[in-house]
Amino acid sequence: MTRALALGLKTLQREWRSGELGVLLLALTVAVAALSGVGLLVDRVDQAMRLQASEVLGADLRLQSPDSIGDGYAREAERRGLATSRATTMLSVVLHDEASQLANLYAVADGYPLRGTVRVSDDPFGVPVATRKIPAPGEAWPDSRLMAALGAQLGDRIEVGTATLRIARVLASRPDQGSGFVDLAPTLLMNVADVEATKLIQPGSRVRYVALFSGDPQPVADFQAWLESHRTESERLRDLREASPEVGNAATRASKFLLLASLAAVLLCAVAVAMTAQRYVQRHLDIVALLKTLGATEGFVLGVTLAQLVALACLATAAGSALGYGAQTWLLSMLQDLLSAELPPAGLAPLGMGFASAVLLLLGFALPPLLRLSRVPAIRVLRRDVDPPKLAALLAYGPAVVAIAALVLWVTRDPWLALWFTLGIATVVLVLAGAGLLLVRVASSLRGGAGVAWRYGIANLARRRTGSVVQIMAFGIGLTALLLLAVIRGDLVTSWRSSLPADAPNYYFVNIPPEERDAFGDFIAGQGGQTTRMFPMIRARMTAINGEKVAGRRFPNSRAEGFAQREQNLSWAAELGAGNTLVSGRWFTAQDAGKPLVSVAAEYQEALGLKLGDRLSFDVAGESYEVTVSSFRKVKWDSMQPNFFLVFPPGLLDATAGTFMTSARYAPDRASAIAELVHRFPSVSVFDVEDLLAQLRSIIDKAVLAVQGVFLFTLAAGLTVLLAAVQSSRDERRYESAVLRTLGAPGRLVMQGVVVEFAAIGFLAALLAVAIASLSGYFVATRMLDVPYVPDPLLWVEGFGVGIGLVCGAGYWATRGALRRSPISVLRQG
Amino acid sequence: MERNVVLKAADVSRKVSSPDGELTIVDGVSLEISAGETAALVGASGAGKSTLLALLAGLDQPSSGRIWLAGTEITSMTEDQRARVRAERVGFVFQSFHLLPSLTALENVMLPLELAGKSDARGNAAALLDRVGLGARRGHYPRQLSGGEQQRVALARALVVQPAVLFADEPTGNLDTSTGHAIWQLLFDLNAEIGTTLVLVTHDAELAARCGRVLRMSAGRLV
Repeated sequence: MTRALALGLKTLQREWRSGELGVLLLALTVAVAALSGVGLLVDRVDQAMRLQASEVLGADLRLQSPDSIGDGYAREAERRGLATSRATTMLSVVLHDEASQLANLYAVADGYPLRGTVRVSDDPFGVPVATRKIPAPGEAWPDSRLMAALGAQLGDRIEVGTATLRIARVLASRPDQGSGFVDLAPTLLMNVADVEATKLIQPGSRVRYVALFSGDPQPVADFQAWLESHRTESERLRDLREASPEVGNAATRASKFLLLASLAAVLLCAVAVAMTAQRYVQRHLDIVALLKTLGATEGFVLGVTLAQLVALACLATAAGSALGYGAQTWLLSMLQDLLSAELPPAGLAPLGMGFASAVLLLLGFALPPLLRLSRVPAIRVLRRDVDPPKLAALLAYGPAVVAIAALVLWVTRDPWLALWFTLGIATVVLVLAGAGLLLVRVASSLRGGAGVAWRYGIANLARRRTGSVVQIMAFGIGLTALLLLAVIRGDLVTSWRSSLPADAPNYYFVNIPPEERDAFGDFIAGQGGQTTRMFPMIRARMTAINGEKVAGRRFPNSRAEGFAQREQNLSWAAELGAGNTLVSGRWFTAQDAGKPLVSVAAEYQEALGLKLGDRLSFDVAGESYEVTVSSFRKVKWDSMQPNFFLVFPPGLLDATAGTFMTSARYAPDRASAIAELVHRFPSVSVFDVEDLLAQLRSIIDKAVLAVQGVFLFTLAAGLTVLLAAVQSSRDERRYESAVLRTLGAPGRLVMQGVVVEFAAIGFLAALLAVAIASLSGYFVATRMLDVPYVPDPLLWVEGFGVGIGLVCGAGYWATRGALRRSPISVLRQG
Repeated sequence: MERNVVLKAADVSRKVSSPDGELTIVDGVSLEISAGETAALVGASGAGKSTLLALLAGLDQPSSGRIWLAGTEITSMTEDQRARVRAERVGFVFQSFHLLPSLTALENVMLPLELAGKSDARGNAAALLDRVGLGARRGHYPRQLSGGEQQRVALARALVVQPAVLFADEPTGNLDTSTGHAIWQLLFDLNAEIGTTLVLVTHDAELAARCGRVLRMSAGRLV
């Protein structure tokens, strides 16, 4: 074995000097770089996005309760290494001189917010700046609406219960203000230490206690599971997904996409390694036969080649990891402005993953040909046409399947997704192989006529049938992955961008009295604000499902519990709102006016397990209504348009004491306009969602950048496959060019023949790739990513252009060297 | 140049650089071969026979000296110009056949005709394949043919353009004795029929003896 190792390393050195191993090393290096680079990038960007997304909660987990929350949870969280904070919130009247206003008191403790930042300003509706502080004891930070309603100035004193607080800053926004219109009253931020002095907490007072937790993803997930099993019935646990469907959607889509992209890169790398390993073996057949003639055993030969490949794997890991690490660092440095959240540094784990993946790829894709190489009979030294015996199918393809499955499982960490992905890949490979074979047959029948270059090119395609099919498959898979990424990326970006147009409403107005509805609309129009529709809105509580009371009932999760037992905003409409799609049932007709029907959003349906025809009972302002579920709707919450979980037909609730809501877009310098509006319509509640919008846009921009970064890795992997594929037939091509030139063919003609062959391969690969990418793009977009699929005719142009262009370019690169050398020197090499 | 001289070399040398310094493989060779002549280049291994043959055929460039082929000086030509001369005036037969594996026997023979832009490539190629006894195997690929059959295809391919000079490098070196005999018999018969000049490199004394002239090489020189 030592001798095999020594010979392996010695010949490796020699072969390295002759430049033969360059391409195999390149393939492995790109494989490792793509894998570790994408791994690092996905990991870190994913973390960054989760951190940013959790700002909407002010924490990773948020526990709310009407009863005081003991120290037990916080102690357990701290034991697990999580950060904790707490808050107390209640509704109370705030007094300033003669003025009084009902406000939401938000008393916070040190550490608040655990995620995101509080923004303050020096004037009502002034320019906000971020702060890391919270109000000191004795201080109050009212929001602009409260300041306007009380007519207060900075430094004034206000009374909160029995306590007197000094206005130190104006609260512009806090990360957990949400967009659910639950907190209709203006907010006052204060220190939790002052709560006792207010003496507002009395038996029967409506107080909410909040516990906040944050930390690394795994401990948080573990703690969440622990909390779910320990919390009391009255304690509600909210995580990111529930707190903000908008952010949850964007994060889920982005991580799904990054996952797909890294899998595509993995696949391409595997193809490249398989092809280069195949060529490595082809070039070593004679040497191995010679070694055997000199008395080398099969084991010795395998030892020599294994030693060489392990050495290559080490080199490739070092180079690839460095490259991958550098690439993601560079990419993240470009993202730095966008990443407000602090990223934990990249660990060494992805580098270990790089080496493991290089070894896995070599074992799966290089070991079978190597085994075959070791079985070359010695007679080959005399008869070069004697090839090693073929391996049994299980040995030839088994390791590749196992390696792919292991890699996919590793990347997805989801056995079902891994299984489906592997089956999908196997299907694509089989379809490509079958279609490739068919296309080569069809093309071969076209070899007559059209000149020597054409005949020679097409004849080569047909003669190297297996090789051609393998190349078509390799290019086809590479192109499919690239085009699929292009399709999905385009769909994702367009859908994301269009879901948050630049003119998305940045103000919401709630509590508009019916009698002021028209005047309010006119007022906003007069100020230059663009309003959307006016929606009627009324608060109600569900009382029963199919006659069974919901109060006291235990629900499978806190979301279902919230839907069933919390107060809901109901609305009624004759038309289906923008961003709403009917999933089942039918929308209200004119005849349905006044009938007891309801249209329910899909989230609500899923959480409560509702069916069409179920009867839901509501308590609306003391009056009881029983309505039948007539349709389910899918709602695009990230459209930022006013939307409702429950919509009734017109004529049913019109008589109840409802109010109206609307949203509007104001230019950034809007402070005076809003102040005027608050003054003119004191009962209307104003919500500034500009910060939330900015937060969402920044998340989307980040996701798009990450997608493009990963796209680059996949592109590099695809190009390596191309080079590997061209390399695999380079020697043969060089030899044939020499024979042609010996027979008197000018260089131009030889080149034409090569171009015909490669153009045909590129064309056939592009044909398959565009068809598969369009089809799977449709399924991935509509089924997995949940964005609409827009067919793109440019895809065909791009597919064929890129396919044929790249393949011909690579063919030219591989052949041009042969044209420079004298034909006799090539022929002598044989 | 005299009318009947079809191949002429004047003080031709070929040097290559090696780790031990410059190595002279062909050293100041001058020769003239007349149209219709058959000449054998013989000598020990490493004497420079194959290199001289490649230089005479325009497959390689000499380090110094000049070569005329069919009345044209080829040493000052570009590679593509030499390719044109080869296509029109020269045929080759190699020890290892060098057929294009992607083309059938017939297509291999058609190739030089097509490269030279001749009409009825198919008919002429088929006729010559019939002549070498492979009429029934036109559609076969090289890998489906035996060594002797492959060399016969190569012979047909070399002669199909009726070249001024046919170069052969150890044409029977890869074949057993009886097949080898059959091939060189065919070679001389066809050569006589077409009236081509034949220059061949061989180790086979019997084959060399069949040629009208024997040029002996040693250490890169004609002796």
